[in-house]
Amino acid sequence: MTTDNSVMFQASSLNRRNEKVQGLYRILFGLMTLMLVTPVLLILGTLVAKGGGVISWEFLFTPPTDGMRTGGVLPALIGTVWLVMTALLLSVPIGIFAAIYLSEYAGDNWFTRTINLAIINLAGVPSIVHALFGLGAFVLFFGFGTSILAASLTLAVMTMPVVIVSTRESLQAVPQAFREACWNMGATRWQTIRRVVLPNSVTGILTGVILEVSRTAGETAPIMFTGAVFFTPFLPQSVLDQTMALSLHLFVAATQVPGIAEEVPYGIALVLIGLVLTMNSASIAFRMWLRGKKKW
Amino acid sequence: MANSTTASRAPMAAAGDADSFDRRNVDWYVDKLVQVLVFICGISAIIFVLGIFVFVTKEGIGFVFQHLDFKEFFLTPYWFPSDADDPEYGILALMAGTASVTGLAMLVAIPFSLGAAIYIAEFATGKTREVLKVLVELLAAIPSVVWGFIGLVIMNPLIIKWFDVPVGLCVLNAGIILGLMAAPIMTSIAEDALKAVPDRYREAAEAMGATRWQVTYKVVLPAAKNGLLGGVLLGVGRGFGETMAVLMATGHAVNIPDSIFDSVRALTATIAAELGETVVGGEHYQVLFTIGILLFLVTFVVNLSADLIVRGIRKG
Repeated sequence: MTTDNSVMFQASSLNRRNEKVQGLYRILFGLMTLMLVTPVLLILGTLVAKGGGVISWEFLFTPPTDGMRTGGVLPALIGTVWLVMTALLLSVPIGIFAAIYLSEYAGDNWFTRTINLAIINLAGVPSIVHALFGLGAFVLFFGFGTSILAASLTLAVMTMPVVIVSTRESLQAVPQAFREACWNMGATRWQTIRRVVLPNSVTGILTGVILEVSRTAGETAPIMFTGAVFFTPFLPQSVLDQTMALSLHLFVAATQVPGIAEEVPYGIALVLIGLVLTMNSASIAFRMWLRGKKKW
Repeated sequence: MANSTTASRAPMAAAGDADSFDRRNVDWYVDKLVQVLVFICGISAIIFVLGIFVFVTKEGIGFVFQHLDFKEFFLTPYWFPSDADDPEYGILALMAGTASVTGLAMLVAIPFSLGAAIYIAEFATGKTREVLKVLVELLAAIPSVVWGFIGLVIMNPLIIKWFDVPVGLCVLNAGIILGLMAAPIMTSIAEDALKAVPDRYREAAEAMGATRWQVTYKVVLPAAKNGLLGGVLLGVGRGFGETMAVLMATGHAVNIPDSIFDSVRALTATIAAELGETVVGGEHYQVLFTIGILLFLVTFVVNLSADLIVRGIRKG
């Protein structure tokens, strides 16, 4: 800007100094941002370099052999799918209804603030405390034992804020005029939500659900004592079975199995992070597509 | 809610005769039913938070009433829970471990995430901004057990090589890992806070001839300071409660650290490592739940203050 040599404006030395200071800060903050985001790329690069070789159809679709020192990840992969699906079945309906309450019914008062505070806390309570809760409530008190059901309930409680927050945002993005037009036609509040508000926000809600899949798949601590086990040769048959899970399998392979081939834990980490980041990128891409498509 | 009542009752009043225009058909009952259902789901978050407190307390309260000696529990560093004759439950060293790792993590995360937030919100434009935001989001998505694995197999040998120390699983390792984990949430909340400052503030300052940096430093940062503080607090809460990464990267040795190259053990990691070996209802089991109560209360206070601080700005 100051290099502009127009007759109208001649930069003073103060202007030039200010510009220089601004340029320095810009570079400083730019570097800080770079240093923050490069680890993602470095980590991904290392995992792919060291674990990429072990990934194959066989690795994905055979069970571990030789005391988990060799072989694949099939039971852990299947277990994670069971855990995530069951958790989603439980948390998505409640989460969406909770968001509908907050966006469509709740007024701006202390009660709503309390609910919001509870949501922040639900997301902020340490994962290991969620594990203690799951053990005390679902495994022991409700008598589900260490099972997929107990672990999924724990995960559902823990990740529900993700669904609530993203659903609430996409509901609130629907213009108020849409609702008013519908009410004026004599529709009830629920008819309005069902026929006008939800269809206009369903893609946004889906984005939140995909994000929750990614969060749920990566959690380890909450399932350690509630349903996931270090090793089982059996695939789960019902929600009352115990199961292996990818995240816990990585922990076990990295710390508890002596003499494991070096690339096996890298391979497990790569499968897990691949699953999580694919889901996350899908959610991000979905959101961007949605923003480009928005009609109002 | 007042809106819905007026909307559905207004035609009735106009007709002047309730019988000729009774809205209580199937749709009306469905509407009322859904309203109740939605309300129950709406308060589910409160129920769950209370449930967490009740159930964790229920399992741990036995120890608090029967064996808890506050002085020994909080002020001695001796943690020998599985000693058959004379188990000792002092969590001072565990608290020191959690505090040192979280403290170092914040030293790493606060400047970098505030810097990144300022860059993304105030300097970057167009494609650069989108790409950076996506990368920050992906950073947040990496599961904690993968972070722990990275600390174990990548950071550990690097620290041994660079600093010539015998063990690389230490405060430094876990601090950096935890800093990287807490940074994305701090960055995105700080960026929201900066974005919430109205553009007319910036325009007014720019019209006076201020540069971008002067606008940011003198106008935007002061206006957003509560939101920034709230973001930092949430990051602290996140670091404090992290479990798997600190379990794997700290070295898990009960120790009050003298330097950043000492191995330590965190409160959260202790629960994760020991709960599996305990007998349900036993003293060791109960003391782990007591630590859980402590963790719950600390994060509750941190989250509550973050919320109050952020709300403060919205009202003012």
